[in-house]
Amino acid sequence: MVKYAHLIPLFPFLAFAINILFGRKLKKASAIISIAASSASFFLAALTFLGNLKGGGSYVVAKWLALKTVAIDFGVIVDPLSCMMLLVVTIVGTLIQIYSIGYMGEDKRFSRFFAYLSLFMSSMLGLLLADNFVILYIFWEGVGLCSYLLISFWFERPAAAKAGMKAFITTRIGDTGLLIGILLLFFTTKTLYFKDLAGLAGDNTVFTIAALLIFCGAIGKSAQFPLHVWLPDAMEGPTPVSALIHAATMVAAGVYLVARAYGIFVINQIPLMAVAYIGAITALMAASIALVNNDIKRILAYSTISQLGLMMVGLGAGAYSAGAFHLMTHAFFKALLFLCAGSVIHSIHVEDEPSLHTQDIRKMGGLFNKMKITGATFIIAGLAIAGVPPFAGFWSKDEILSELLKSGHYGLFVVALLTSLMTAFYMFRLIFLVLFGKTRSKLRVHESPNVMTIPLSILAAFSIFIGFIGSPFMNHAFQNFIYFGDVHTMEIIEPNYFAMGISTAVGLFGIGLAYLFYILNNKILPQAIRARFSLLYNVLSNKYYVDEIYEFLFIKPCLRLAALSFKFDLGAIDGTVNWAARVAMAISRVKSWIDIHVVDFFVNLVAVLTGFASLAVRRIHTGSVQNYLLIAFFGLVLIIVIKLIGG
Amino acid sequence: MIPQSHFLILGAILFAIGIYGALTRRTAIGILMSIELILNAANVNLITFNRFLGSPDGPAPSGADGLGQIFALFVIAIAAASAVVGLVLVIAIYRNSKTILMDKINLMKW
Repeated sequence: MVKYAHLIPLFPFLAFAINILFGRKLKKASAIISIAASSASFFLAALTFLGNLKGGGSYVVAKWLALKTVAIDFGVIVDPLSCMMLLVVTIVGTLIQIYSIGYMGEDKRFSRFFAYLSLFMSSMLGLLLADNFVILYIFWEGVGLCSYLLISFWFERPAAAKAGMKAFITTRIGDTGLLIGILLLFFTTKTLYFKDLAGLAGDNTVFTIAALLIFCGAIGKSAQFPLHVWLPDAMEGPTPVSALIHAATMVAAGVYLVARAYGIFVINQIPLMAVAYIGAITALMAASIALVNNDIKRILAYSTISQLGLMMVGLGAGAYSAGAFHLMTHAFFKALLFLCAGSVIHSIHVEDEPSLHTQDIRKMGGLFNKMKITGATFIIAGLAIAGVPPFAGFWSKDEILSELLKSGHYGLFVVALLTSLMTAFYMFRLIFLVLFGKTRSKLRVHESPNVMTIPLSILAAFSIFIGFIGSPFMNHAFQNFIYFGDVHTMEIIEPNYFAMGISTAVGLFGIGLAYLFYILNNKILPQAIRARFSLLYNVLSNKYYVDEIYEFLFIKPCLRLAALSFKFDLGAIDGTVNWAARVAMAISRVKSWIDIHVVDFFVNLVAVLTGFASLAVRRIHTGSVQNYLLIAFFGLVLIIVIKLIGG
Repeated sequence: MIPQSHFLILGAILFAIGIYGALTRRTAIGILMSIELILNAANVNLITFNRFLGSPDGPAPSGADGLGQIFALFVIAIAAASAVVGLVLVIAIYRNSKTILMDKINLMKW
């Protein structure tokens, strides 16, 4: 086994260090450094992957925490799951960084942006390689920090600053659960290594609770219900950041965590079902919100939430490899979707206000003719996420569906199918409204520069072809590779043509519905439906009022508590402090009087007495040397005389 | 042979003159010269006692022979050195107060 996997996160970290320290001098060159570091990581990841085909494992990089009973080291785990994710993160991350050269070209904090991107990648790569929970948690928080820095990158905008805070605080809630779960596991088993835990986990309450707590962390990071609220707001960040968060780094971490700690989840049905049903609720809810949203990036954000829910459904229903497969394919086509959206936002200018980049799809339309590459790649990504064969999304989504059927989770199957339908619909609603029809406002449009369109093309190629590695044509190579060897019995993968057929049909039906609504019957049909189901429409367009409920249940009371605390602070605590200060001042005034009139009196008395005493004897100090000599001489004589008399 | 008491009387006279000079001279130079006289009085005594060590007339016992002379040589050398230091001090005092009359210099007066 080759032992250089731990170098993979170091390259981006080095790039971060260089860019954050010398960014002012480097300016545009900082992009080169970041991209070079990511590429180096990619090559190492590829080498690791190739080495892993012969057999992976974990090894210790550095000794770290040596407790009395247990040692926690900086260890690296190299197995199919981490190899796959390493490749995905480095490929997508590198492409996004190349794209960012174009997208962030005029930003005044250009090098800072690349520094953060590198740190983000470094944290994520470290997280993927961690072989125990402590190291994972460290990088987990690193990812959280970077998401905060990048979401609120344009912190001059209050909305962005708020969104960053929201993302950070919301995910922290889940992180707290994760931390408690980790501690619970540690006190139960005295180990935190994944490879040991999988063997130690037994079917009992402690492990069930631990699994649920660990899932809390995944809920926060992967934006599952009820902690999904931060992800749509995270769209305030620059678009490449959204792409990175949604595809490669942040949200993938949650799914990865569940997959990595799968040995703890499979002990009984409770944690698995929790994962599956939370995923199902999230998938359905987010997809339905995306149906009515009008912001190009927010639609994609809800789409991500929904797709992550689908992955969770897969993992929860025991379709481990299918969940991991969907995680991988989704990374490519979701990155592509976001970069396309970024390309659209970047290249259109509203006529009336030249600097304004709009994100409202109602103001766009007919852009396909003006930006062919972006348009074409956008459609490819749309087809991939809608689950049209032979694009990547089809194979992975179909895998989840057929696993659900096979394991008899028919309720979850219906939910997944419904989600697929809505996904196809909202995605093509987005595509039709943005790319086709006629332009609905005065826009100046130009195609994005090559530095942006080339990454788009590469990602599009991935979105088309990456699915094949898990398809029956290649004998389910991916699933056989990723298979969860230690605890789980190997899944028998066989093509389920019923599931394939129905998912294709649903996808095409969704697209057809969108075509009917937004191309053929432009405006009339959607508005009729909206009028007919105005209540439902309002609920959806207000995102199920989740934000409002949180505002009412948590934020308002929190703020009120804070206001109360502030008043208490001002009145009671400051009052006490000031009162104490006043008392202290009164006491010190008395002390000052005593000092001046008593202590000083005695000191001066001593000085005056000494002066008096010296009045008599100081006469002998004449200052004349000869007087002294005389006295000394007579003294000597006196001594001799006394000596002689005394004998 | 000149008896020991003559030498000792000479030393006493030198010492008395030296003390008198040191106490009465006004100039610093005079005081220094008087101190040299006191030192020489001591030298005379040292050499005398060396010569008459043991018995009032006989030679010094072996082992202590010449000790007084060596002592005297040391005193001469130290006197030369202290005269240098003394003169330097006199010059320094002169530079500061434009006088070497010791009764005018009373910085240490109370």
